[in-house]
Amino acid sequence: MGKFFERFPDPLARLIVVFLAMLVVGLFVVIVLIPKPMKDVQMQWADAVKREQARPVKYAGFRSCGECHDALYETKKTGYHRDLSCETCHGPAKGHTEDPDNVKPVIPVERAFCPQCHAYDPSRPRGFPMINPVVHNPLKSCASCHNPHDPKPPTTPRECSACHGEIARTKAVSHHVQLECTTCHKTPQQHKVSPRAVKPTKPQTREFCGKCHGKEGKDRMAKNAPKIDLAEHGEKYVCWQCHYPHSPEVEQ
Amino acid sequence: MPLSPFAGGGTVNGRRTFLRGFFSVLLSGGAIGGILKILPSKADAGEAPPKGQNWYGFGVSVDKCIGCARCMEACKSENNVPREPFFFRTWVERYILRKNGTTTVKAIAPNVEPSPETASDKSILRSFFVPKLCNQCASPPCVQVCPVGATFQTKDGVVLVNENTCIGCRYCIQACPYGARYLHPGTRTADKCTFCYHRISHGLLPACVEVCPTQARVFGDLNAAASPMSRFLRMNKIHVLKPGLNTEPKVYYASLDGEVR
Repeated sequence: MGKFFERFPDPLARLIVVFLAMLVVGLFVVIVLIPKPMKDVQMQWADAVKREQARPVKYAGFRSCGECHDALYETKKTGYHRDLSCETCHGPAKGHTEDPDNVKPVIPVERAFCPQCHAYDPSRPRGFPMINPVVHNPLKSCASCHNPHDPKPPTTPRECSACHGEIARTKAVSHHVQLECTTCHKTPQQHKVSPRAVKPTKPQTREFCGKCHGKEGKDRMAKNAPKIDLAEHGEKYVCWQCHYPHSPEVEQ
Repeated sequence: MPLSPFAGGGTVNGRRTFLRGFFSVLLSGGAIGGILKILPSKADAGEAPPKGQNWYGFGVSVDKCIGCARCMEACKSENNVPREPFFFRTWVERYILRKNGTTTVKAIAPNVEPSPETASDKSILRSFFVPKLCNQCASPPCVQVCPVGATFQTKDGVVLVNENTCIGCRYCIQACPYGARYLHPGTRTADKCTFCYHRISHGLLPACVEVCPTQARVFGDLNAAASPMSRFLRMNKIHVLKPGLNTEPKVYYASLDGEVR
C-alpha cells in the first residue's frame, strides 16, 4: 500500500486519501443513515394516500338521514326536492349522526336562504322555478307558505308557456292563437327533463304550412285560413323566412 | 406579518426562514425522494385505465347548473379550504355571451345574492353557469413539473399532493392549464381538488356531488359499466376542457357551449 502512494507526489497522495474518505462517508450516509422511506418516492406516495384516506368526513351522505328521520325522508321522496340531499340545506351532518343529541345541524329559516337557488337569475336554466325575492311576499319566511320538504308551486305549470312565456304571449295575440304548440312541434317527454339536450321538432318544409294555407289544403278546420298558391307564392323561400310562425302577419 | 415568508427579501429573517424551510424539506426526504424518483424505471401512470381497478371520473351537466354555489360551500366545509373568497378547490363561472360576439367570464361568489347585472341587459344573447374543478388529468402536467415528487397520481387516477414533501414552489400552480390549484395559506403547500379522496375511498360521494341540488355533478368509476357515471357518458354528448393540450382530463362536460373550451 505504501508503495502505491509512493508513486504519487505527497500532496496528491493526501488528496486521494481525503477523497476516498469522503466517498466512504458519503456512501455510508446514503446507504445507512438516510432511512428507506426518505429515498423511496413510492413509499412517500403510499403514506400520502393513507393520510388522505384518514382525513375526517364531514358530510354523512344522503342515505344516513333516513335511518332516523324516516317520516321526513318519505315526504321528501315524492316532492320536487326529492333529488336534494338533506345536507344541501342542513349543512354537514356527520357530527350529528355520531352524537345526535348534542350536535344539531343548521335549520336555515332566514329568508335569504331559499333565494340562493330560487331567486331570478337569467343565467339559470329556463324552466327552473324562480321568483323575485324583493316583491315575492316580502318579510314572510318561505316556510310559512311552502313546506321545504315537499314544496309545491302555486299552480301546476302549463305545458309550454311555463318556460316559453315570450312565445306564448306573442301567439296569444296572433292569428295562430287557436293552434296548440303540438300542432306544429312534436315535443318529446325528455325535453321537459333536459330542455337543451332534447329539443322539440320544427316543421322543415313549405308543404307543412301548405296543409292549411295551400290552395289544395286538405285541412277542413282551416277552411277560413288565407290561401296561397304554393307553386307561385315565394317559391324560392320557406315560409318562415318571411312570416314569423307565432305571429304570422300578412298584408291585407 | 408579510404574506410570504420570503417577502423580507435579502434580510436576515428572510434568509433564516429560507434555510429553515430548506433543511426541513431535506429532513422530510422530499428532495431526495423526488430526485431519486427518476432513477427507477417506473411505468408511466395514466396511460391506460387498468382493468379491475377503480378509475374515477367526474361528469358535469352544464345545462342543469343553477349557480347556487352549494358545491363551493360544501367543498370548503369538507376540505378545510380557507373561507376567503379567493381560495377554491371547485368554483362556478358565469359565462355571458353578448350579441356583439364578446364573452365575459366571472367566477360567482358563494353566499351572495344573485347579481342583477344580467337581468335587463338587452345586449346579452345567452348566459349560463359552468362548474369547474381539478380535471384530474390522465397525463397531468402538474405531476411532470413537480421537482420533489410531491404531486402524484394514485392507482385510481386521482392526482394528489403529498403535504409532507411539497415545498410550495408553485411550479404546479403555473403548470396547470385549468387554474385548479392554489397555495394553501396555512400549510404553505399546493392544494387542489382530490375528488374528496377520503370520502370516495369509503364509498361516499364527493361533497360537491352530494349537495348539488340539480344533479349537475355526477361522480363514479369509469371502469364500471353500470355506474351513473358511465350512463352519463353514454347518454350525453361529451366534451372536455382544452382537449388540444392532450392532458386527457377526466372531468367530462355535457351540453358544453363552444365558447367554453
